[in-house]
Amino acid sequence: MAEGTATVATDWREAIFAALKAAEVRQVGYVPDAGHSRLIELCRADPTIRAVPLTTEEEGVALAAGAWLGGQRAALLMQSSGVGNCINMLSLTKSCRFPLAMLVTMRGEWAEFNPWQVPMGSKTQAALTLCDVLVYRVEHGDEAGETVAAALDMAFNGSLATAVLLGQRLIGAKRWVK
Amino acid sequence: MSALPPDRGNDPRLERRAAIRALLADRRDLLLVTGLGSTTYDAASVGDDPGNFYLWGAMGGAAMIGLGLALARPERRVLVVTGDGEMLMGLGSLATVGVQAPPNLAIAVFDNGHYGETGMQPSHTAERVSLPGVARSCGIAAVFDIADEAALRDFAGRLQSARETLFARVAIRADEPPRVLPSRDGVFLKHRFRHALAVE
Repeated sequence: MAEGTATVATDWREAIFAALKAAEVRQVGYVPDAGHSRLIELCRADPTIRAVPLTTEEEGVALAAGAWLGGQRAALLMQSSGVGNCINMLSLTKSCRFPLAMLVTMRGEWAEFNPWQVPMGSKTQAALTLCDVLVYRVEHGDEAGETVAAALDMAFNGSLATAVLLGQRLIGAKRWVK
Repeated sequence: MSALPPDRGNDPRLERRAAIRALLADRRDLLLVTGLGSTTYDAASVGDDPGNFYLWGAMGGAAMIGLGLALARPERRVLVVTGDGEMLMGLGSLATVGVQAPPNLAIAVFDNGHYGETGMQPSHTAERVSLPGVARSCGIAAVFDIADEAALRDFAGRLQSARETLFARVAIRADEPPRVLPSRDGVFLKHRFRHALAVE
């Protein structure tokens, strides 16, 4: 990876974090993903954010609902495979019109080494749309901050379910073999 | 005719409506989340309350809603009452709760070893799965296995003063008292709850 690319990569992760801070997100549920690792570090280190590691992604949908009931804003970080785990729990979001802000790092769509990532990765956006989650995509680092900020606005001001898909091309293909 | 279990006339386990009354007898401003099915009806049987958030779906999500709420409102006490089937679907959430360890959260599982809503099929807890064992292994500090009214009253007393996450398995009879149905309107329940907390 060229040095210039690495600098941009740091920037978009920090731009997302800045958007979460600006929106006063107080709980961040996550299932770790390599693409989210820097953002997870930033959230864990921030005293105003409660970072909550989850055993499975649908826990985060319920966590966000509970946070909202108590007057706090939450965001969820997951990989595209985790979207499949959320499907039934999204009925909670819809039935009660809870705000939802999912930040999804994509696998299985760009220079993917592992074919097992492709079935869910290639259906992530369609699955979310089918569940009435508004989907935004980020393909370039300079769009990340404003796209996440826009999704958070839609979620918390409109009581809507939103997901921002962070393209695998943005994150960079996982290096399995040198 | 729904499939009632065999005569439980000598069954020493608690009756579920008596159990929920004991839990909520001195609730004060306790916030309550109930799992879909019987525990939602149980809570409604005691009387509706703006601080009740009833689930009618989202199976496996009750404990996590309680966690998000407890983290958001550290000054308030939060109780989750759910059934064994609902808890089994979200067992991983006990690990997540164990890690966060909010001191203001209590989870009480009404365990009749059956899926009451769907025809009384036996659940895993009717075989050899121990929910208190799972909760302990998940690092939840204070775990209770409750089988009589005195122990339940003791647990209810701790709800107002505990300084660590509480988990109780409450052994109840597999019976089906008449249903008491609260509102099924999730948007209404959400707004009512947030208004009661003055966060909206």
